[in-house]
Amino acid sequence: MDILVILIPVSLFLGALGLVGFFWLLRKGQFDDPDGDANRILRDDYDDHPKQ
Amino acid sequence: MTASLTHPRPAACPACNAAPAAEALAAKPVDARLMLSLPGIHCAGCISGVERALEGVAGVRAARVNLTLKRAAVEAGPEITAGDLVAVLERAGYEAHELDPGVLAATEADKGARDLLMRLAVAGFAMMNVMLLSVAVWSGAEGVTRDLMHWVSAAIVLPAIVFTGQPFYVNAWSALRAGRLNMDVPITLAILLAVATSLYETIMSGEHAYFDAAIALTFFLLAGRYLDYRTRATARSAAQELAALEVPRAIRLRDGVEETVGIADLAPGDVVLVRPGGRIPVDGTVTQGKSEIDRALMTGESLPAYAGPGSAVSAGEVNLTGPLRVEVTAAGKDSSLHRIADLVAIAESGRSRYTSLADQAAKLYAPGVHIMAALAAVGWYLYTFDLRISLNIAAAVLIITCPCALGLAVPAVTTAASGRLFRKGMLIKDGTAMERLAEVDTVVFDKTGTLTLGIPQPVGLEGLSDAQARVALALAQGSSHPLAQALAAGLAGREAEALDGLREVPGYGVEAMWNATPVRLGRAAWVGAEAPDVTATFLQIGDAEPVALTFTDSLRPGAREALDGLKRAGLRVMLISGDTRGAVRRFADEIGIEEVLAEALPAEKAARIAALSEDGAKVLMVGDGLNDTAALAAAHVSISPASALDAARVASDMVLLGKDLSPIADAFDTAVKARKRIRENFSIATVYNIVAVPFAVAGFATPLAAALAMSASSITVSLNALRLK
Repeated sequence: MDILVILIPVSLFLGALGLVGFFWLLRKGQFDDPDGDANRILRDDYDDHPKQ
Repeated sequence: MTASLTHPRPAACPACNAAPAAEALAAKPVDARLMLSLPGIHCAGCISGVERALEGVAGVRAARVNLTLKRAAVEAGPEITAGDLVAVLERAGYEAHELDPGVLAATEADKGARDLLMRLAVAGFAMMNVMLLSVAVWSGAEGVTRDLMHWVSAAIVLPAIVFTGQPFYVNAWSALRAGRLNMDVPITLAILLAVATSLYETIMSGEHAYFDAAIALTFFLLAGRYLDYRTRATARSAAQELAALEVPRAIRLRDGVEETVGIADLAPGDVVLVRPGGRIPVDGTVTQGKSEIDRALMTGESLPAYAGPGSAVSAGEVNLTGPLRVEVTAAGKDSSLHRIADLVAIAESGRSRYTSLADQAAKLYAPGVHIMAALAAVGWYLYTFDLRISLNIAAAVLIITCPCALGLAVPAVTTAASGRLFRKGMLIKDGTAMERLAEVDTVVFDKTGTLTLGIPQPVGLEGLSDAQARVALALAQGSSHPLAQALAAGLAGREAEALDGLREVPGYGVEAMWNATPVRLGRAAWVGAEAPDVTATFLQIGDAEPVALTFTDSLRPGAREALDGLKRAGLRVMLISGDTRGAVRRFADEIGIEEVLAEALPAEKAARIAALSEDGAKVLMVGDGLNDTAALAAAHVSISPASALDAARVASDMVLLGKDLSPIADAFDTAVKARKRIRENFSIATVYNIVAVPFAVAGFATPLAAALAMSASSITVSLNALRLK
């Protein structure tokens, strides 16, 4: 069971990585307009002014 | 943020908060950020179309559509008004409405939602890890391994639960301080007791630790709280956005000099100038000028009224044809606008306080859970005289009964339902509006502007001779009066006669010379005809008998579908209007409404609604005018179209985003279904509790059982709510 000493921190680290990633996306406004983003990619014209 | 942007319902009177609104306006950056509501957009093509149309306007620097919220943010110079952009979009084929730039207040709400989402994410992260660690314990880890798992779980859960549970602790504490019990009290107690006993068990290397259950509980409850918050935040921001801050201003004439001042600065005796097309800002008497005024929004009359020196006019009416000078008799707090606001306040105080289904459930639930947990603890203590066992049992009972599913039961359904209504073009402003709508058994409609568009359309033009039609068209083209414009639009395609000396006689009509014959188009009295009880204008050629050109108000799209749908649902439908008896009666017959009340004053409308409520009816009021605001506030639940005056929109619980009325029938349908789902969810949660509680009380509950019961009930409840889509 010594392997747990490595595995538990590793799993916690990976989980935390996901959490930090989520925070980053949240702060970047990735969830502000999900429908719009889904549709924008289908447009023919090039998006000259992507949202900053 | 000034208080004006968060103004609650008293804004029924736009004039009352003119001063703070003006301050807010002054503080606005020069680089105007306009917000437009676009109820009709739904696809990638719409995004491109709207953005291209907006960016084609000179002065617009950037436009960005948000499809999820169905709105566009526009960065433009100060010379661009939202009205210009709305017109551009209408030409491009997109329905658009102005939103309050005070959406800044909505970002405030976003922060709250983001904060909850952050906590939810942390709770989810902690829950997943702890659940994984617990799998080892559930599958029979013993001794040091189990202790290790428990210690690691404790290390994750303790900080996580302190951070994520904060909304509940704060709520529970404020409820307890006020001497009340709410849903958060049993939640907080369960979390604290579970964590404390688990920590103790871990230290004593005990068998059962409920860290996983405690954090899972927090996670599910936060999910419910987040959904609830989002629904209410949309509601709040909708109220603010749609209450477009129409800063009422007036042009005051002082020693012949025009100056623009806020309404608050006017005093009785001042003279204000009202240009054609402008809204009259005060109550007063006309001192100079002749015109016609449109009272539709104030009284519901569809026929414009004459105004000349000596006529009394009141705030909110629209001046149609000629400039008027009005001597102020009452401004601000004393004006008729403000009296309507008072009516609204009275109507609201008379509205019975509605207890939401969730509150009803909480009232039964919170004391029940505490009593049960306490009884279990006392019973086990008396049986074993072991405090550790009895506290463990109490924690298990609290965790198992904890209103996970109850916390999700209502928010999950309202989120699904309001999302569905939003897609159909209806915004819900009030959290309990949906539940109240489900109880409705009587629907009262206003006529002008609600069931009709308030835009006249000429009828019987085929009856005119060719010459008459061509003269009428030429005359109508010379006036900006709504009837003249409607007539010109109705006769479009014909050729206009050449007329000489065309001039508009404000308050009466237009006249000109046609081949040396005087021709006139205007009011009945002016051409010497009998005034009919329908909207009409008269054409007189030379000395011939005047010809009546009658108009009908066009029906709002979807009105018939909405009425049919409501009638099919077995609701009693009524029409209350301030318009003349004949006009209302004829309209009601045409559209098939039997119960009619005409020539109703604003106070009468509200009184009628109150009388219906007293007889036990639950009334849905649909109206748009200032004269409807008191009735809207008095009704059990109310809806207004997007074109309604801001005062009416503020007073109502739901707002239609587009021109179409048909979502009303859908909304009722959805509300009834939503109420059914909420009840089902309560039943599901109760069944889970009834099954699980005996196990917990008997001491058979293991952390695994707690985790299973909680997750299963929460997931069932959420899935049931999603069926509403």
